Amino acid sequence: MTTPSMSDETLRSLTAAAPEIRPFWEAARRGELLLAHCTACNRPHWFPRVVCPLCGSRDIEWREACGRGTVYSVSVARRATPPYALAYVTLDEGPTMLTNIVDCDVDGIAIGQKVKVVFKDRPGALPAPMFTPA
Amino acid sequence: MSLPSAYVTGAFEHPTRHAPDKSIAQLHAECALGAVADAGLSLGDIDGYFCAGDTPGASPLYMADYLNLKLRWLDGTESGGCSYLMHVAHAAAAIAAGQCNVALITLSGRPRSEGQATGTAPRAGNSSQADEPFETPYRPTIAGMYGMFAMRHMHEFGTTAEQLAWVKVSASRHAQHNPNALLRNVVTVEDVLASPVVCDGIRRLDCCVITDGGGAAILTRPEIARSLSRPLVRVAGTGHTMHTQNGGYIDAVRTGAAASGAAAFAEAGVTPRDIKYASVYDNFTIMVVMQLEDLGFCPKGQGGRFVAEGSLISGVGRLPWNTDGGGLCNNHPANRGGMTKLIEAVRQLRGEAHPAVQVKNCDIALAAGPGRVVGSGHGHATAVLVRE
Ligand SMILES: [Zn+2]
Repeated sequence: MTTPSMSDETLRSLTAAAPEIRPFWEAARRGELLLAHCTACNRPHWFPRVVCPLCGSRDIEWREACGRGTVYSVSVARRATPPYALAYVTLDEGPTMLTNIVDCDVDGIAIGQKVKVVFKDRPGALPAPMFTPA
Repeated sequence: MSLPSAYVTGAFEHPTRHAPDKSIAQLHAECALGAVADAGLSLGDIDGYFCAGDTPGASPLYMADYLNLKLRWLDGTESGGCSYLMHVAHAAAAIAAGQCNVALITLSGRPRSEGQATGTAPRAGNSSQADEPFETPYRPTIAGMYGMFAMRHMHEFGTTAEQLAWVKVSASRHAQHNPNALLRNVVTVEDVLASPVVCDGIRRLDCCVITDGGGAAILTRPEIARSLSRPLVRVAGTGHTMHTQNGGYIDAVRTGAAASGAAAFAEAGVTPRDIKYASVYDNFTIMVVMQLEDLGFCPKGQGGRFVAEGSLISGVGRLPWNTDGGGLCNNHPANRGGMTKLIEAVRQLRGEAHPAVQVKNCDIALAAGPGRVVGSGHGHATAVLVRE
């Protein structure tokens, strides 16, 4: 897993619109996928919020995900150059997230396939958690 | 319900599909004038105005000033393409509550002139939305999102590309009779399957058209409706909802139609079996299949089988659907399908659809559709209309 380099100043600037989830991006910069986990209902949710969308509690703590999941659905954009795989991945912890499947032959990706997280450094932007075949 | 009902007394679909020489405000104004003329009213009669994010300023204020409307009630509910079906519900409620007597709803836009690649351009992010950094990096086009819905539906239920193609075939069979339709050529299942794959699950002919234009509707109190010369089309039941991403515990093969449809059927006191004609928003063929299931026209997962072999073709199948050619062939002004769904349902109930597609004794119709796609969430609205 890559460890993207991004200065504190850049990270603060890019997260100014939603400063409360900055810990997610600070971890992403280290190559760690965090989940917002509600200790009231004991469930993680996606996308991360500081109010639990499942029970309304504000008792949220950040927990590192195991980084593994299963392809829930995938659609390869065939007109793009090069084609890319838009996907939903269901994390082993439960929630399903929008993502891309990368570093593989896009024609070989199937629903139900096991995948693992990989962070992609994006110039001038926050590092995005993507997935590759496990 | 015991509150006084509202009636759709005016409906107008702008005939243009390409309007590079008109402002969006002018298109709204022409649609408004068309609807009030259809009802036999004038702009001065309007005291309630309903519009969505396609209006200049994304607020009712701008067009109200442009048209110099003297209003008692304003509503700018924005829920993408289904906004106008939500407006029907809101206008009916406002009329029932005595807040207005004559409600105007307008929609207009010109994405065709502006060269928008609606379905295939990555969605622009809005940094005020907390989920923006969790969508934009992945380049989720609208076609790509619906492609994932289609792929999952195929995976869970065995739905096939051939079955989806029947939705487009049915729309094209209707559009051949609509002189204003953008695409009037009848296509076959083979034509659809031979069209290029945009993204897995979606071929080019599974996608709706991109058109300029718009539409408008007028709703009035019962006594005003009865004083006019138009057939009486009553808003019998409405429902709307937001089908959320559920905190990440998504179900991408189900739509908000289950909730909005159930509410509309219950209020109207009818069931899917009673519906003689259905306008169901067809941004992509898969969305028609999923909504028909969720509205209760067939069991969940059977939508592909339901739409195959011409079931949606007027005069042929069991559920005449989108007889104007729908968004797939006729018109999708401002990339928003809710208004044209309402308008064709009104035409059918009045007996004013094209004779080749008019449903005999059409006394109960439905108009339904989704709006926006946020992750896997979307708004959804359904209206049941009856002719008296
Ligand atoms: Zn909770």
